[in-house]
Order: sequence, then C-alpha cells, then structure tokens
Amino acid sequence: MPDALAVHALEKRYGSVEALKGVDLAVEEGELVGLLGPNGAGKSTLVKIAVGLVRATRGHAEVAGARAGSRAARAELGYLAELFRFPGWYTADEVLALHQHLTRSEGGAAERKRLLEIVALADARDRRVDGMSKGMQQRLGIAQALVGSPRVLVLDEPTSALDPAGRRVVRVLLEELRASGASVLLNSHLLSEIELVCDRVAILRAGEVVAAGSPAELSRPRGVELETDEGVHTVEGATREDAARLVAEAVAAGRQVYGVRVLTSTLEDTYLEAVGDEIS
Amino acid sequence: MSAVLTIAGYGFREAVRRKVFAVVVLLTAAFLFLFWLANHYVFTRLSTISPPAGVHVDTRTFAGAFLLGLAMFATLFLGVVLAVFLTLGVVTGDAERGLLQPLVVRPIGRSTLLLSRFLGAAAVCIVYVLAVYGIALAIIDLTGHWTPPSKVAPGLELAGGVVIVIALSILGSVVLSSTANGIAVFMLFGAGLTAGLLGTIGHALNSHSIEHASKVAAWALPFEALYQDGLRLISSDASGLTGFLLQLGPFGGAYVHGWGIRIWSVGYLAVALALALFAFSRRDL
Repeated sequence: MPDALAVHALEKRYGSVEALKGVDLAVEEGELVGLLGPNGAGKSTLVKIAVGLVRATRGHAEVAGARAGSRAARAELGYLAELFRFPGWYTADEVLALHQHLTRSEGGAAERKRLLEIVALADARDRRVDGMSKGMQQRLGIAQALVGSPRVLVLDEPTSALDPAGRRVVRVLLEELRASGASVLLNSHLLSEIELVCDRVAILRAGEVVAAGSPAELSRPRGVELETDEGVHTVEGATREDAARLVAEAVAAGRQVYGVRVLTSTLEDTYLEAVGDEIS
Repeated sequence: MSAVLTIAGYGFREAVRRKVFAVVVLLTAAFLFLFWLANHYVFTRLSTISPPAGVHVDTRTFAGAFLLGLAMFATLFLGVVLAVFLTLGVVTGDAERGLLQPLVVRPIGRSTLLLSRFLGAAAVCIVYVLAVYGIALAIIDLTGHWTPPSKVAPGLELAGGVVIVIALSILGSVVLSSTANGIAVFMLFGAGLTAGLLGTIGHALNSHSIEHASKVAAWALPFEALYQDGLRLISSDASGLTGFLLQLGPFGGAYVHGWGIRIWSVGYLAVALALALFAFSRRDL
C-alpha cells in the first residue's frame, strides 16, 4: 500500500532562493506527522507542493500513490491553508455545502451538522462568515478540510488563530483523527501541540530535514539526577538503564538516596539544537 | 457538470453581492432615465429640424441610429466596467485573499474552476448587456417610433465584445495583481475605443493610413470591432447623406465587419481562454 503522503528529493526554487533542497518525507497510513521549523524553513512550500498549489522544481510528491495536484490526489485530500478566507456572505452551513459539492460528498446535512459539532460551531450553523471571529473561521476551516472524510489531511497552522480553548478543541480532534486511522500532516509552530499528538516529527531548516523521528526518539537522554544526603548531582551521559546501578553504588558508598530522576531533552531542546540560532 | 454549476453559481453570487454590481445597476438606471429624457426631447422636436433646401436627410433614422449608437456605447462601457470588476482578481486577487486555495485543492481542478468563473461572469454580463440594450431599443421605439433594421445581432455583438473583455481580464488576473490587471484591461479597452474613433477620423479625412491603423487595431482588439459592427448593423439601411453623416459621427459604422470578424472573435476568445488556462495550470498559489 502506498504511503498516504510522500515527497521524494523535493526541490523548490523561487528565483535565486532555494526553498527546498531535496526533502524526503513520508506520512504512512494512519500516521500523524508533525512538521516543525523556523519561518522560511520551507514548511509551507512543502505543504503547498503536497496539495498541488505549488509546482516542485525537482523531485515529486504523491498523495495515496497519485501525483500531487492530480485529480486523483485531490480526491483523497483535505486541506486547511495557513492563510485562507471564505466568502463573507456564506453561512457556516453554506461553506460546508459548497465543499460537499466540490468533493462530491454525499454526507448531506447530517455530515455538515456532525462537522460543525466537532469544531464546536453547532450553534453558528446559520451565522455568516463575516460575522464570525477569527477563531471561529479557523475552526470552520478545519471542518471544511474534513468534508468528505478525506484519507489524507494536511493542516497548515490549524491553531494559529485559536485561543487556548480553541486549541484544545483542535488537539482533541487530532487525537480522535489519529484514533480513527486518518493520516495527517500537521504543520505547526506549537511544539507542545506537536509533541502531544504526533507519531513522528520532521524538523526543517533552510529547506532540509535536519531531524526526524518520533517525539520519544527525538527526546535524547541527558543523564540521571540523584538526590542524596550530600545534595543533588547529575551523572551526565547516564541513561535509564544506568539508574539502578547508580543508586546501588550510592547506597554501597553509605549515601542516603532520597530520589532518582532520568533526564531527557524535550522536543523543544531538540528543536532548538536542530535549528540553531534561527529565530522562528 | 455539477461542479461547473457550483462554481459558476459561486461566482454569480459573488458578482451580485459586490458593491460594484449595485453601483453599475444604479448608474444604468440613471443612464436609462436620461436616455429616455433625451429621446423624448429629440423625437418631440424632430419635426422642427429643417435641413437646408435640397439636402435630404432622414432625420428620424439619423436621430434614432445616433441615439441607439450612444446607448450601445454606454452599454458597452458599463458592461466592460462590470466585467472587469467581476474578474480582475479571479486568480491573483483571490489567491492573495486566501479565497482560492480551499477551492483549488478540491477535485474539480484548476481548468474547470477557471472556466466556471468565466461562465459565471459571462452569464451576469451577457444578461446585463442584453437587458440594457433591449431597454434602450424599447425606449427609442416607444418615444421615436424607430427601430433599427437589425435588432438582435447588434445586441449579441455587444455582449460578445464584453465576453472577450472578460476573457482578457481573466487571463490578466492569472499573471497580474488586481490593480495592475484592472488598469491593463481598461487601457486595452481605451485603446480599442481610440482606434475606433481613429477609423472614423480616417474616413472623414479620406486617409487610408489611418483607416489601416484602425483596422489593425480592430483585429487586435476584436471587442471594439464587434461593437463597431453592431453600429454598422443599426444603420445599415441608412443611405445617401443620412448614411454618410452617420459614418462621420462618433457612432459611425465599422471598417472591419461581417462574419470574418465574428469568427475571428470566437477564435480570439478561445485563444485568450486557452492561454489563461495554461498560465493558471502553471501558476504557484
């Protein structure tokens, strides 16, 4: 079975600027992959190539085995753009109905109702877009991306305009999507969000993938911290497997051990190491 | 087909909701009222006009054709204003505002999307042009009891001219920002009108060079040629001095006309749309 989404040796050049320099990335079926990187790293370009908005200079992208941008690829895709707008005179229900027509979804009113409930807009069904807050429009955008139950979901900064409650709605939604087996590529600046919901993370810097793996893989051991009657000290380079031995050695040396903690780097540490001094 | 209708309907709804549509409707209402007033006074006082002895001018035909020519110019102008404002931002403008991306990634595809937007705008403008032209005809008929020898074809040619402007505007919207595209299309429209007037001047001065320049411009900008052909048709039965005087006026007849320019216009429209589709298919959004 082909990957839900895959890019191979992807390059994109805008004039003299190399936005992507041979990126390889795959989102497997049922996987939720997070894309991280500072501004200008090429994340949005990668996402736009994957959904067919931008043409690659070299390399190629596929959605469910079909060339990105082809009708077959678009039929499998749900997409929330980083910057988007719906016509102000449309109601929330009409926006979803329009996208149902375009995706040939046969979900009808029941699907629209369900999607509006998922993004906590059930009460705004007949509210016009120009009467909605930015956060509501963002959530409507997410509902729009889910029309027709796409096999692959590409979300570009889905929580950028949301308040903490709205972010929680999206995080719960992402967890539900993962549980339902949907494949998701999530581009976000919010490390905590990525760390909480993603199966794998790819960190881009200057058009290249500089780190990739599961959040656990990216969170490297930083040592073991022992709290004894002599105080707290850290054994650099020690791992979880060393903890029991270190405690035994301390006890054998006559120390009173009050606590032991295995230290790992957070995704934030890994991210900052990977992107260096670039400001996001 | 369903997707085409959906997007055409989307474009239609957008068109009729825009303020420019309301402005054009108000301007049209004002124009038609003034046009009725002008016809009323012209035809009421027609009997008082007495050409010099020995000069035979069919004053009713002259007045009717001249006034209808004026109405056709106004209809073309307002139709083009409507066409340009409905389409100047169809690609770049909508992409900058973020309206286009959610639609483009849907299975309908870019070509269907753009053609649907073209059809939506064309439907609005054709209905508008034919309605205003028809009302102008009715006003002249009711006030002056004059009708042109050809009633339908000039209206269709006017509508065709506006449809060509829509295609050019959509083509421009793929590569230019909304403002630049609006300016470019209006400059083309102005160039076409100027070329038409140039032909009239060339005719009056009997200058073949100027007439030739006007003909080249008419083939290059066929919306103007269609409008000129429409003018020719409404005065095609005016002969003698009446016909000559009509030819001299700003609403005089065409130097490029007939089926040749109509067929050329259809081909021109097809090429403009094909270029727009090709450019849009390669456009990064």
